[in-house]
Amino acid sequence: MPSVSMSVNGKSVSGEVEARTLLVEFLREHLRLTGTHVGCDTSQCGACVVHVDGDSVKSCTMLALQAEGSDVKTIEGVANGDELHPMQEAFRENHGLQCGFCTPGMVMSALELVKRNPDPSEREVREWLEGNFCRCTGYHNIVKSILAGAVAMRS
Amino acid sequence: MTETGIGAAVLRTEDRRFLTGSGKFTDDINRPGQTYAHILRSPHSHAKIRKIDTASAAAADGVVAVFTGADLEGVGGIPCGFAPDGGPMNEPPHPVIADETVRYVGDRVAVVIAETLNQARDAAELISIDYETLPCVVATADAVNATTQLHADAPRNICFEWQIGDKEATDQAFANAHHVAQLDLINSRLIPNALEPRAAIGEYDVGNDSYTLYTTSQNPHVVRLLMGAFVLSIPEHKLRIVAPDVGGGFGSKIPHYPEEAIVTWAAQKVRRPVKWTAGRSESFLSDTHGRDHVTHGELALDEDGAFLGLRVKTTANLGAYLSTFGPLIPTYLYGTLLSGQYSTPAIHCEVTAVFTNTAPVDALRGAGRPEATYLVERLVNIAAAETGIDPVELRRRNLIPSDAFPYQTPVALEYDSGNYAGLLDEGLKVADMSGIGARRIDAESRGKLFGVGYSTYIEACGLAPSNVAGVIGARAGLYEAADVRIHPTGSVTVFTGSNSHGQGHETTFAQLVSDGLGVPIENVEVVHGDTDRVPFGMGTYGSRSLAVGGSAIMKSIDKLVEKGKKIAAHTLEASADDMLFQDGVFSVAGTDKTVSIAEVALTAYVPHNYPLEQLEPGLDETTFYDPINFTFPAGCHICEVEIDAETGAVEISNYSAVDDVGRIINPMIVAGQVHGGIAHGAGQALLEGCVYDDAGQLVSGSFMDYTMPRASNLLQFKLGSQVTLCPHNPLGAKGCGEAGTIASTAAVMNAVTDALTPLGVTHIDMPATAQNVWQAIHTAPTQQAAE
Repeated sequence: MPSVSMSVNGKSVSGEVEARTLLVEFLREHLRLTGTHVGCDTSQCGACVVHVDGDSVKSCTMLALQAEGSDVKTIEGVANGDELHPMQEAFRENHGLQCGFCTPGMVMSALELVKRNPDPSEREVREWLEGNFCRCTGYHNIVKSILAGAVAMRS
Repeated sequence: MTETGIGAAVLRTEDRRFLTGSGKFTDDINRPGQTYAHILRSPHSHAKIRKIDTASAAAADGVVAVFTGADLEGVGGIPCGFAPDGGPMNEPPHPVIADETVRYVGDRVAVVIAETLNQARDAAELISIDYETLPCVVATADAVNATTQLHADAPRNICFEWQIGDKEATDQAFANAHHVAQLDLINSRLIPNALEPRAAIGEYDVGNDSYTLYTTSQNPHVVRLLMGAFVLSIPEHKLRIVAPDVGGGFGSKIPHYPEEAIVTWAAQKVRRPVKWTAGRSESFLSDTHGRDHVTHGELALDEDGAFLGLRVKTTANLGAYLSTFGPLIPTYLYGTLLSGQYSTPAIHCEVTAVFTNTAPVDALRGAGRPEATYLVERLVNIAAAETGIDPVELRRRNLIPSDAFPYQTPVALEYDSGNYAGLLDEGLKVADMSGIGARRIDAESRGKLFGVGYSTYIEACGLAPSNVAGVIGARAGLYEAADVRIHPTGSVTVFTGSNSHGQGHETTFAQLVSDGLGVPIENVEVVHGDTDRVPFGMGTYGSRSLAVGGSAIMKSIDKLVEKGKKIAAHTLEASADDMLFQDGVFSVAGTDKTVSIAEVALTAYVPHNYPLEQLEPGLDETTFYDPINFTFPAGCHICEVEIDAETGAVEISNYSAVDDVGRIINPMIVAGQVHGGIAHGAGQALLEGCVYDDAGQLVSGSFMDYTMPRASNLLQFKLGSQVTLCPHNPLGAKGCGEAGTIASTAAVMNAVTDALTPLGVTHIDMPATAQNVWQAIHTAPTQQAAE
């Protein structure tokens, strides 16, 4: 089996994987980083979003081998120790999550949005979330959370 | 109100783990030595299995075992938990793995267990099955006249025929009517799509001859009862069910599913844990679906617009087999709701429940009540349009007056409290109806069709008084259990049978304890979802967790305070009758003598100076709370839409909701429940729809084909609230989980048809996609005349 090496949340990791192993499978099954979720098998739901070399990626749509040598960040690597990232804190303060299953992907996707657009409008947030599904919140408080998180990240 | 007590918008204690990726969902669990199961499913909607050859699969790399239906000797079928009125009901066998016949695409045919998931999947490709395909029936309306029959013991594919209400009185009302509004509608089939796919891990302990099942369930004790007693014959003391974090359910994680039994049974056979996780495509095929009614409804009115009678005939699709609560949904959760908020004196409803070659149908958020509300509220709007009475005015003329409670409807329910006129007034205010003229002009100036829709809805939830449940056909009680344990140093653990899958019980229930016992909220832990830790439970569905589960907690808190008073009285050398309790402190009335609840707890567990002759040590109280009635949330939802007549695209431009959910413990969580509910109902109205083709193939079998509501389809909702307390539970709580969905489908569709009425479109079936709306516009009588 081919071997793969990458940095995940600042730590060097490597493993032997079948060539068909998806990045999300490598994260969940090999590294036991189960914060990244699998909600579909057609790349729509966004529960599996992680950052690869600074860009948000649906980790169900990328082979582990394609991440060879990359710098991967998952939801487990977002907080600073016990201190939540301002975007995570915004989700908490605005009740931006209910069952919590879509949440890691939402946060990772929101961080990418704010990186590209530090001051997004409500409409821009809604359009950006095209690839992130939530069944619990009606998106009402997710949108509020991301707008509040963007403000917090600017200050 | 304290900062963390009843009524406070406390931030959720469960959020930190979800936000940091430390939640523990079923698929996040890995057991030592576990194997992986892949379920092979039928590609045919109806076929006989002539032969299955598993030899090549069994010999493939990494395969531990392959099982088919023939291997499941002694395993029972999946039981059904409800027969309307106790029967008669045709109740065909529901095998865990199909034995001779498959009856829908996705029906289970074999299970492959291997060292890795890929090996299990690869080996499943090697199973050779000789199918003899049979004619199928898919459409609800076709079932009773189909040439094919799914089950030998269900002639004409009828499961049961059921009715409620007074037929004679209703027919008389129609004979006397000044006007009759009529409607034929389809309540579309939906696929629930909780974001977390179902998963299950079975584990067998050889030493103890005991089993553990980790599963994505809304009600682990119910799964233990059904699977243990009916399917696998495992007694309760040898079977533990754990539902860890559950990623949404919406009803689809109520039923006991075959996969749960398969992994549990197989774990004993292979002597290793067996893990199965559904791919989303499997979820589409094999999760229970929702709704799927074909209905004719008629509303009789007198010359003043007073409702005289409502007559309903519904065919309800139950799918290929009976799911756990399938027969409950289109009967006692549907027909009983047809009075709505109105004083309609005569109602009669007939339901024919049918089998088709489709996935089983069970509860989906609202479960029967959205179907009833949609029908009633659409009929009211049609009656308004036909009689020329304003839809708000027509509703107002027929609302049950606020001094009429308790109100006995003609369809069994006794509404206990409410203020429907008040909800309507508040709804109009929150929706800023004074500005609607300007918004209409603005929309029309941009070339849009503008519409407004109302939904004044009722819900019956807090399921349920057990004696009533028994009379109507439930094969279980519907109480809830709670054990509230104060530990020796004063911290508290609540063990609740309610089973949060997103509702925030860990916070709301801790608020009850913080408020009731005066304990800091951070010293309260809420435990749920484990049959070995929680005394018993019926689970979370039907908006019942606070009204029933929360009431059980309140009763336990009362018992703890009573016992605490006796202990405190002994400590303070006073009479228990003179003891007061407030904010965590026991005091003797009229004195400055006090003792804290933490000190009382320590005394209870270190009973050196303690009235041992009269009182047991310890401070731990369990309650089984059985409500005496349902609860009746109600509200007024108002939706505005703008439609592009050129494309048919519908946009919700305003949405407001005023709900009466009784006592609110955490307004932040309640608002979140309403938001999600509105989105789910709006999803059915505008976007979602399950499509099977004529051969029974699921065309809408992925997120590429089944339109889920996205953030860009929705907007910021405007919420209002009005509280009338439920008079019969200790909290005065009614329930909020389903209200939004029950209301919003009708509100959105009434807005869509209001916008299209000038073009001659009086009804359109869901979903009101751009294509469907465009077609409705272009086939409308006035449009055809113009063309």
